[in-house]
Amino acid sequence: MNQIIFLNKKNLLSKLEIKKIEKIKFKYKDNHAISIESLKVVQRYRHWISDISLKAISKYLNIELNYLEEISTFYSQIFRKPVGRHVISYCDSFVCYVKNYKRIKNVLEKTLKIKTGQTTKNKRFTLLQTCCLGNCDKGPILMINRDTYTNVIPKYVNNILNRYR
Amino acid sequence: MIIYEETHPLTWRLKKKKKPIFLKKYLKYNGYNGAKKAITKFSPNEIIEIIKKSGLRGRGGAGFPTGIKWSLIKKKKSYLICNADEMEPGTYKDRFLLENLPHQLIEGIIIASYALQSKCAYIFLRGEYIIAEKNINYAINELLDKKMLGKNIFNSNFSLNIYLHTGAGRYICGEETALINSLEGKRANPRFKPPFPSSSGLWGEPTCVNNVETLSNIPSIIKNGFHWYKNISLSIDSGTKMMGFSGKVNNPGVWELPLGITARELLEDYAHGICNGYSIKAWLPGGAGTNFLLDKHLDLPMDFNSIQKAGSRLGTGLAVIIDNKINMVNLLLNIENFFSRESCGWCTPCRDGLPWIVKILKCLKKKQGKINDINTLKNICNMLQPGKTFCAHAPGALAPLKSAIKYFKNEFEKGIIYK
Ligand code: SF4
Ligand code: FES
Repeated sequence: MNQIIFLNKKNLLSKLEIKKIEKIKFKYKDNHAISIESLKVVQRYRHWISDISLKAISKYLNIELNYLEEISTFYSQIFRKPVGRHVISYCDSFVCYVKNYKRIKNVLEKTLKIKTGQTTKNKRFTLLQTCCLGNCDKGPILMINRDTYTNVIPKYVNNILNRYR
Repeated sequence: MIIYEETHPLTWRLKKKKKPIFLKKYLKYNGYNGAKKAITKFSPNEIIEIIKKSGLRGRGGAGFPTGIKWSLIKKKKSYLICNADEMEPGTYKDRFLLENLPHQLIEGIIIASYALQSKCAYIFLRGEYIIAEKNINYAINELLDKKMLGKNIFNSNFSLNIYLHTGAGRYICGEETALINSLEGKRANPRFKPPFPSSSGLWGEPTCVNNVETLSNIPSIIKNGFHWYKNISLSIDSGTKMMGFSGKVNNPGVWELPLGITARELLEDYAHGICNGYSIKAWLPGGAGTNFLLDKHLDLPMDFNSIQKAGSRLGTGLAVIIDNKINMVNLLLNIENFFSRESCGWCTPCRDGLPWIVKILKCLKKKQGKINDINTLKNICNMLQPGKTFCAHAPGALAPLKSAIKYFKNEFEKGIIYK
């Protein structure tokens, strides 16, 4: 059975979100082209893209919902599931493999008491793995939100995490 | 070591302190002289001729001659896209250029756009390069403030807008047609060729996609002429290349070096050799999608042709050492896992073939392989040759596997149970 969704306030984008989207619009030719940017803008405020956010974007940009659904699931930086306040990602690509990223991964999983892909109980951290971050000469690499940490050693992981606790 | 423009056309402005160079300093070091010269002294066709004669080859991995790529674009209303979506594991040169020398890249974009007569250029930057994003935005704004970008650059009748676009994270965006799709807001699936982007690319207009390093080379070629540029190199390929070594070496990093320097010089003089207690088992010349080479290949000059003759590709030129303590099966599992995760899923051989390989490698890792497994791997490698899949992702993914089986078959055999 189809779910009936009533319009409510949350079904619209906030003024701030709209302002941000309008600000980047000039770079692109049409509304389809700004869809990825819009997803990123909305995600910045809501941390993840829920179905409701998706509908709101689709309504604002006047593009099909399934089109948005398709691209939002394709790109790795768009989260379609709730994530914690801080997203931690470690690089698991092959130079970091040679540099033993697994030690970092283990320490992270142990201190946060979660597995990769999960969120801590207090919704503070989500742990993900990521593709090469272009810092292979300084691996292993850790990225928390928009901060990059290079040459990470297990001993320092806790200190780094403390900044976000 | 002192570096001069004559030996380091890309990085000489950085000198000792490796701080990003912004407009004031860039102008002090003869910045934008190349762009000025190009726009005021040459016609677009003359510039294309100079680049052709300079022998500059694309630095993104494929090594296609840049001048020829430009001359394929005929129509006036074209787009230029700078491919800064650097996601190949083992590659970190573009990040270095983007973060430290944003103006050099922008100058290259201005010259290239003038040569192609495009009105609009995009920089497609990957989303995770936060500092690069900040620095490029800053650099573009500096230029807009000084009216050196936008309408009538250098009092000529050439106008150009440069836009920075950040990606949303997908390896395949590095493929030029997938990149165009992504810029149009679509899923980053590669497009069917023909039509090639040179006739129908972004929004159906002719489009040229160039790598960051390629474009950063343009200003000094225009400023100093193609003869000068050709003489820098030690081999038949002209110019310098950002090269580096990573893995278990004493001083991993990236340096600008003339093409044709040997891998051993690079390893010993710049990367300061392998860490104590390790020895070299194999090395990859340029990123995860190239074939393994051995110890004996270290004396090869690092240029497009020599590496190709040895059975690999120069790729991005950033080599990785695989030390003797690493198990090849486990390493390959990591590499293939990455490639299968990043397959765009458009065509069946790649979408299904790569996970299949991962499955077999997992069995081999657990020492539960079947007798036929190595043959199966070889067969899949043959099935995913260039031309048999939609784009070059799958063949690239299999390059390390194929060569690993060739050189280290015994390690794969160890994972098999014989009954
Ligand atoms: S080879 Fe792989 S990445 Fe390329 S189009 Fe096919 S599925 Fe997509
Ligand atoms: S492989 Fe980890 S940053 Fe490149």
